[in-house]
Amino acid sequence: MLLRLLLLLILIPIKSYALIEVDITRGNLNPLPVAVSPLSIDKKSNEGFKKNIKIENLGSEISKVVENNLRQSGLFNPLDKNAFLQKPDIANLKPRFEDWNLIKAQALITGKVSFTDEKLRVEFRLWDVLAGKEMMALAFTTVPSNWRRVGHIITDKVYERLTGEKGYFDTRIIYVSEEGPKTKRIKKLAIMDQDGFNNKFLTLGNELVLTPRFSPTNQMVTYLSYFKNLPRVYLLDIETGLQEVVGDFPGMTFAPRFSPDGNKIIMSFAKDGNSDIYTMDLENRIVERVTDHPSIDTSPSYSPDGKYICFNSDRSGYQQIYVMKSNGKNVKRISFGKGLYGTPVWSPRGDLIAFTKLHKGKFYIGVMRTDGTGERLLTENYYQEAPSWSPNGRVLIFYRETKTNSKGEGFSAKLWSIDLTGYNEKQVKTVTDASDPSWSSLLSN
Amino acid sequence: MNRNIAISFGLHTLLVIVTALSLPFLSKKPIDLPPIVSMELIQITDKTNIPFAPKAKKIIEKVKEKEKKLVSEQAPPKEVKKLKPDSVPLPDEKLEKIKKIKKDKQNPEKKDDEIKQASEFEQDSLFDPNSIAALIDKSKEETAETTKKTDKVTQDQDKNLDNTGLSLNEEDALKAQIFGCWSIPLGLPYNEDLLVRIKLQLKPDGTIIRSEILDHARMNKPGQGFYKVLAESALRAIKLCQPLRVPTTGYENWKDIQLNFDAREMLEG
Repeated sequence: MLLRLLLLLILIPIKSYALIEVDITRGNLNPLPVAVSPLSIDKKSNEGFKKNIKIENLGSEISKVVENNLRQSGLFNPLDKNAFLQKPDIANLKPRFEDWNLIKAQALITGKVSFTDEKLRVEFRLWDVLAGKEMMALAFTTVPSNWRRVGHIITDKVYERLTGEKGYFDTRIIYVSEEGPKTKRIKKLAIMDQDGFNNKFLTLGNELVLTPRFSPTNQMVTYLSYFKNLPRVYLLDIETGLQEVVGDFPGMTFAPRFSPDGNKIIMSFAKDGNSDIYTMDLENRIVERVTDHPSIDTSPSYSPDGKYICFNSDRSGYQQIYVMKSNGKNVKRISFGKGLYGTPVWSPRGDLIAFTKLHKGKFYIGVMRTDGTGERLLTENYYQEAPSWSPNGRVLIFYRETKTNSKGEGFSAKLWSIDLTGYNEKQVKTVTDASDPSWSSLLSN
Repeated sequence: MNRNIAISFGLHTLLVIVTALSLPFLSKKPIDLPPIVSMELIQITDKTNIPFAPKAKKIIEKVKEKEKKLVSEQAPPKEVKKLKPDSVPLPDEKLEKIKKIKKDKQNPEKKDDEIKQASEFEQDSLFDPNSIAALIDKSKEETAETTKKTDKVTQDQDKNLDNTGLSLNEEDALKAQIFGCWSIPLGLPYNEDLLVRIKLQLKPDGTIIRSEILDHARMNKPGQGFYKVLAESALRAIKLCQPLRVPTTGYENWKDIQLNFDAREMLEG
């Protein structure tokens, strides 16, 4: 019997195929084609909004905010609305995916806007056109004047669903507004939405303001202002408008910045002719010295976990970037390239440090890993500095100045943003000249 | 004694004969022949009008005659084949033809729709790479048909030879196609274990019958948002790319195929 079985096994030809595996390790970095359909709105709601906030067709306006945000990110390509085959009323229906496929859309945003009980209600859906399925559906209710924020929140949700990381659209940027000739600049503290809308001035411009920085946890801002030629560190609550002096510090004081939990401020100031790094507890106002070195230590920035601090120092003879533990121990130099390195800022993701570099008369904005490896210069210009991270650690905002001519004319300072990859460099529109930007955390968490 | 010697001699002789006959047979291995690729040679003079040197002309004519002979041996022209009374198709072939006709009848309706839609919304200025891909695929189908025909005619060829996988060229063609379709979500972290394995079941023309994410359970686990985003982008790429650029032969080998999507290299770059 066994012999017969063996014979059978030998005689019957057995064909077996191993499963073929193909490794796909590359793709394209082209922006994803997205169709942002205008949000539908009924006549009654349209009249309500027209009366309340004097805006006609609010659905279309909100979709424009979303579209603009997606385009600015550089990761999405919002398709031309003239090519759309389905009307905005698809909010109540399942989209005809073949129509959206035809215009090469890979994702589709639909929704509707209604005016109920003096409030704005926005529903939106995100569709995967190729898979023909819904990816997300959300609704928001708020006061009608908040309609731009609704657009930003929708963008954040779409961005997160399609890229895997949190968005940065429902955020604000605080900066120093500059007006007048270079020798007589009037500097005010100003704040605006990340897309440049809703600009507000927070100070009158009587005193010089410098280096405003957002708290990573709430809408508090710390900044430096000169009062009777003495530097003072201020705390400003954006929500309430309340402002308080944290302290007067001797000599030159630089760049106060919050700790990740928002409970401390870290800064550098000169004491006995020597600049070192100090922290101040905001509850009990106790100041602690972190570095104690005869060199100039400035621009401290915490890692997101609060365990480390990066700063720049000239202790090696040239200005370079160093990393140390938050108690000031284990100081380690991490930048070794040619030129001078300054204004290091730890990424909110924790993996990179952004910096300004000066080499052969040109300024660069770059990033490196926290151990100093993988240095990448993202942009080069005549003068640019003060990078600040978007809350998701994908985009950097900084300011750039232009050269003046022999008559001292032509000077300007503008805000610019650049993607972590070095692509998508864009000027951020401001009503006046601007410098020292700082990006807030997400307003809606 | 002599008897024993004779038996021993006889057995040894038998052993030698058996060894001589069987071993070379056992050691024969099937030769891996590449699949036949039919090519059309175009006369250069048609395009360039460069006159031939007299010697070269003679050589080329000789080669042409040889080629004609070879072609007539391997693949007779279609028209001649139709006229031959011997070439009555077998019942199986008839069925295949009927199926083909049925498919042909169905396809024009679909094509009509596609053309209408394209003409309405696609402008001449828009460059459509998919149409080129479709043309390439069509040409592949044609080559597949010709190779099948030659297989039928040249019965002396060894049909038992099968490829065990995709050749490097075939794999590269498939990769290149998917590279173009895959929009990598740039927000993904480069230092996490994000490898999406998708098993596909394909039709002979490269269209997808079924796609299955092998670690599907991971998609819905909390904290696996990045994996979900990557998996969805990979599925979009496959759907956007289909029909996939698959070889024209060896369907049994690649009807089930696994694609491993790994974006680390790109994200780290």
